[in-house]
Amino acid sequence: MAISINEYLNKDLIINNLEAETTDDIFKALSEMLLKANFVKDSFYMGLVKRENNFPTGLTLGKYNVAIPHTDAIHVIKPAIAIATLKNPVVFNNMDGDGQVNVNIVFAMVLNEPHSQIVMLQQLMLLIQNEDILKCMNDAKDSEELYDIVSKFDCNLV
Amino acid sequence: MNKQKVILVACGTGIATSTVVCKKVEDLIKANNINARVIQCKISEVPGYEDDADLLVTTTIASRTYKIPVVKAINYLTNINTQKVDQAIIDALKE
Repeated sequence: MAISINEYLNKDLIINNLEAETTDDIFKALSEMLLKANFVKDSFYMGLVKRENNFPTGLTLGKYNVAIPHTDAIHVIKPAIAIATLKNPVVFNNMDGDGQVNVNIVFAMVLNEPHSQIVMLQQLMLLIQNEDILKCMNDAKDSEELYDIVSKFDCNLV
Repeated sequence: MNKQKVILVACGTGIATSTVVCKKVEDLIKANNINARVIQCKISEVPGYEDDADLLVTTTIASRTYKIPVVKAINYLTNINTQKVDQAIIDALKE
């Protein structure tokens, strides 16, 4: 019943040390990767850009900050989480509209069903609240290592 | 018995962060024996619900003023000072 974060991960959907200057650079890289792997429609990119403009997704956590861009289900073919660590931090607006944040790691949530992905979402929130994990992700050498870090992150919620 | 209160939980898409916050709010009202139910929606859908609701809990920018109290719940995502949000929700429902 419980569908964990692991089932949303995919080795082809991880970018280590992405060189990006703007949020659009990041969204382009993630969208192209997701489109190639057939997880999203080509409208996904604009969906991400528009959604981020209206409802930003930066989260100020502390030493390492994250963003969780996502968009409407109509742009999605099958659900996944795509991950990019950034070579240099990129400025996002904070989700609650309260200032900006230098983001180190981006988790694009590719979701197609409202309400049903609660376990994965809760796990993802626990993951981003764990500074040790974020540090390991930030320091990872390659996407293989990144995948291992996230897929081994185990948390029993229920 | 008091009339059941209605809590709106809203984010930008009504899919992701509001799902996490919904769960938190449902657990909170259960733990505190508050007679309330939760409706999850997009922030853009709030006007359609607000006449019948008592409280808006949101993770995103509340860009206009609403007729009902608004509690920002981004702390439920970052797990920083969540007690403050718990208390704000409880206080808002007591009125």
